[in-house]
Formats: sequence, structure tokens, C-alpha cells
Amino acid sequence: MMRKFLTLAMLAAPAAALAQVPPADPLGSPMWEYHAGKLFGHAPVVFDPRVTVALPVLTENQHVLPVTVDARALGEVVRIVIFADLNPIPVAVEYEPLAAQAFLATRIKLDQRTPVRAAVLTADGVWHVAGDWVDAAGGGCSAPPLSRVRGDWADHLGELRGAAWSGADATRVRLSLRHPMDTGLVENIPVYNIDRLTVSDAAGRALARMTIHASVSEDPAFTLMLAPDLSGALAVTARDTGGYDFAGSLGLEGGARIAAMLRQ
Amino acid sequence: MIGRRGVLLGALAVPLAAAPFAAMAQQFAGTYAPEATPIGEGLWMVRGADEALGFANGGAIANSVIMASDAGAIVVDSGPSLRFGEALAALARRLTGRDVARVYITHLHPDHSFGSGAFPAAEILALPETRAEIERDGSGFSDAMYRMLHGWMAGTEVVLPTAAAGEGAVVFGGRSLRLMALAGHSEGDLAILDDATGTLIAGDLVFHDRAPATPHADFALWQAALDRLAAIPHRQCVPGHGPLCRDGAAIAQTRDWLTWLETALREAVAGGLDMGEAANLPIPARFSRMAAARYELTRSVSHFYPRLEAALFPRIES
Repeated sequence: MMRKFLTLAMLAAPAAALAQVPPADPLGSPMWEYHAGKLFGHAPVVFDPRVTVALPVLTENQHVLPVTVDARALGEVVRIVIFADLNPIPVAVEYEPLAAQAFLATRIKLDQRTPVRAAVLTADGVWHVAGDWVDAAGGGCSAPPLSRVRGDWADHLGELRGAAWSGADATRVRLSLRHPMDTGLVENIPVYNIDRLTVSDAAGRALARMTIHASVSEDPAFTLMLAPDLSGALAVTARDTGGYDFAGSLGLEGGARIAAMLRQ
Repeated sequence: MIGRRGVLLGALAVPLAAAPFAAMAQQFAGTYAPEATPIGEGLWMVRGADEALGFANGGAIANSVIMASDAGAIVVDSGPSLRFGEALAALARRLTGRDVARVYITHLHPDHSFGSGAFPAAEILALPETRAEIERDGSGFSDAMYRMLHGWMAGTEVVLPTAAAGEGAVVFGGRSLRLMALAGHSEGDLAILDDATGTLIAGDLVFHDRAPATPHADFALWQAALDRLAAIPHRQCVPGHGPLCRDGAAIAQTRDWLTWLETALREAVAGGLDMGEAANLPIPARFSRMAAARYELTRSVSHFYPRLEAALFPRIES
């Protein structure tokens, strides 16, 4: 305990030197300083090419922009925040990898052309930021989700799908949950979204945890990278802003089974 | 309002600005100058740019066809905007010496159907499915087209077909055409064989050296339509996008891409890739001639991925 404390204290010194005003934004966003102030406070911030934010070459659908964040090139990562400067709900996901690798893929809504970024907090207290501008038609956050238009959202609420793929370097987990993810920005539909999701191991130890905001796409989907040497089924739990709890159990052989099924 | 926003979904591509600051500068629409290439007796092809739809090309990315007949000119696909349609009408008049009397719309997409307002005196024919799809999606397309094309779209309104086209032989002004009511690229895809020249006008069922677009695609129906087109004797094929084809390569290439795409997407889902990773899959070298391949793969991932995930991933509720 004492040793850990000392290490943190030693790391804090150079970090403090970097602190104060956030660095100038290479994307020239009008909202950078505002978001940097809110998200990072006085913590040091660097724009870091070791964080990759993969974005598609075009936004085919402003309701579903795939974002893949890979910060595995950094040291120990404590938190990954995905946000879009000009969205009415800027932050989409706050991810705590805990025992997972610093990788997260998901899909978010865009309400207009905006920078889309990942901010990655390493254990030394420094935020590492990367991202790019994404063009998009309007309405990703302020048009109703498809399931509201069809009227069948309640019939499928909480349907949980997923699989895990065991690899040499990681166990890749893909999850999706049927949920309208209402933003509250559509007339007569109050905000209603999944707000917590946790993946735990068979012993009940939390491996990865996230806070989810309504700017994540309808029927949210996530790709996580867990340690390669897991055993037993993973437990998935989620809760929405209406207080509903959702739970699932994810066997580690599911991905291999899907791949085998496809080959037949 | 709901439907209108909803249809933007599958509708159109919005290119990411490579240079964000340049994209903020004021841009002005240019003037369309469609050019006709003679490809047979009384038959001309008007080539679209083999690119993504964007401001730089005014949306003029689809091929159109002009045919002469004793009853007036026939146009297949009216283009992306009123102004393009007007330029096409003038071109048809210059080439054939007559006004356009009939327009066929091969399918709903706005790069093929939004110039129809320039032909108020002509019959505008399309399959009933196409008419229904334009009624459903037209205003959403219009929003997206105006957002991307700005001044190029001036005066353009959604114009519904005025009459139904259907399967079978048609003689118009002495010109003998065989119409085929197909589907797969959309819910209604009209293909036309010009008997005299043996020219198959395939609409977007066939792409040539330009990657196929899939916002309303059904793989199985599309492949069946290609089987039918391949079996029809013809001397040349005008694809919806890309150059004229005289050797059947365009149909084979479209089929090859669709087969590869469907398999690649299923394998990507089964292999645990997310959408962004699937959009970055390697594209086989045999498609290196295809323009807009990465762009269309990215769009196709968006069109098909969530459905494939729902179909392939097991439910895991405990």
C-alpha cells in the first residue's frame, strides 16, 4: 500500500507541471475549452497519437456512427471517455476498463457535424486525447429511434445478445442490448437510456464497467477486450434510467460456435 | 416529420470532409454540361461521374440514356436535380430534333429520379414499387440532397411518376422495347432492352468499375435479377454507374462484388468485428478497378451490420 502511494506521489509531480490550461485544439473546435474544463478540470491534457479513434470515411447514418477507440499503446488506463463536442449530449460513454484492455468500440448518435473524440486517463493522472471531425446530417439525437416509429420498442426491451471470442492476446466480447436510448430531445418522449453496464467474471469480480449516456445509439452495442486467460461464463449486468435491471450470461465459446455455424 | 428523418437512414452518403476548414468556405453551384456518347442507332449514353455523390459533381453520378423515336425522345433516368433534368432535356432535343415525350425511371434513388420536374409535358413511367418508394422516401432524400448539393438543387421538387411501367414488350414511336420488372437493388428495378440495338439498360442492378450501392438492397433478389439479365441476349449493357459494357463483364463484376460483400459481412460479424473494423476489411485486389469501393463498403456495413448481428448472435439473458 505504502509503495503504491509513493509511486502515485512521484508520478503526480511531472503531471502537475503539465497542468493548467488545456492545449490548443488541433481540430479548432469552438467547444474544446468548455468540454476540456468540464471533463478534465485542472488535470494535465495531451493530444496523443497513441490513442487511435477509428471513424468511418462517411456517416451513412447519423443515428449510428461506429467509433472504435484503441488506447492499448498507453500504459495503465483508468478511464476512456468518448464524446462529440457539438452533440447536445456530448459524452456518450465513460468506460472503466478495470481488468480489461484499453479498447472500446461502440456506436453513437450525431446531431450535426462535430469533432468525435476519445479522452483516455492513464494511472499517472494525464488525459490523452485524440479524434477527428465527422460530417453528419442533422437529427441523430433529435429524431425518434426506429423502434419508437415502429412502436415495438417495449416488445424487445432488454433483449441481450452477445458472444465472446477467445484469442491469444485477448478475449473479445461483443454485446448488444435492445433499448430505445431516448435522448429526451424528441417531443413527448422523455429521456430513457441504459446508464450502467458491467461485465464480471464467474467469481463475481467486475472486469469492466461503463456509464452510458443517451447519445449512444439505439440498441447499444459494445466491443470490449478482456484478458485472454478467462474461465467460466461472464456475467453481464445493466441498468437503465427507469431502474430496470438487465442481466445475461456469456459463455466463452459463443464466438467460436457462431464462426463454426457459418462455415457449415 | 418522423418518416422524413427516418428515411435519411438508408438514404444517402455524406462524405467526411478531409479538409474541414475548406468545407466551411462558401461554395457555389456550377452549370451541368451532360455529354452524350452515341452507342447505337438513335441511342446515346450520358455518363455520370464514377464518384460518390457530392457537391463537386452536382450529384451527376448516374448514367442516363437518350433514345430517338417517331413519337419524341425517350429518356431513361432523369438525374439528380431539376437543372440536370433541364440540361438533359435540351441535350435530347438537340440530338433527336424532338422534345422528350417519355421518361423511364429505373428505381427510386435520387441520383436517377430527381430530374423528373424538367419533363412536365412527358409521361414519366416507373414500376409501381418505385412510385411507392419515392412517395415514402422522396422528402427524406430531398432533405439530404439539398444539404449536400445546395444550389445545384435549386427548384428541385419530388416528382412522382405519372404512369406505371410493367413487365413486357412496348412499342413507342416505332421503337421496340422490352421492359423487365425486377428487384434487389431496391424494391422495384426496371431494366429495359432496346430491341433494335440489342442494348440492355440495366439501371442500378448493374454497376461497372464502380462499387455497387446497397441502401435498399436485398442480396438474394439482386442475384436473381442478375441471373435474369445475364440470360437475356444483348450486345451491350448500360450500367447504372460506370462505363458501357460490351462483354458481360459488368454483370459478372456486380455479382462477384455482391457475393463477396455478403460473405465478408457475415464473416466479420461471426469473427467478432465491430462495424468500424468491418468497414476497414481488406478489399480483394480483383476489385481494385472499382471506384468508390471503400466508400460503398463502409455504407454497406451500415446498411447490413445491425441486422446480421441480431441474426447471428445468440440471446444471453439469464
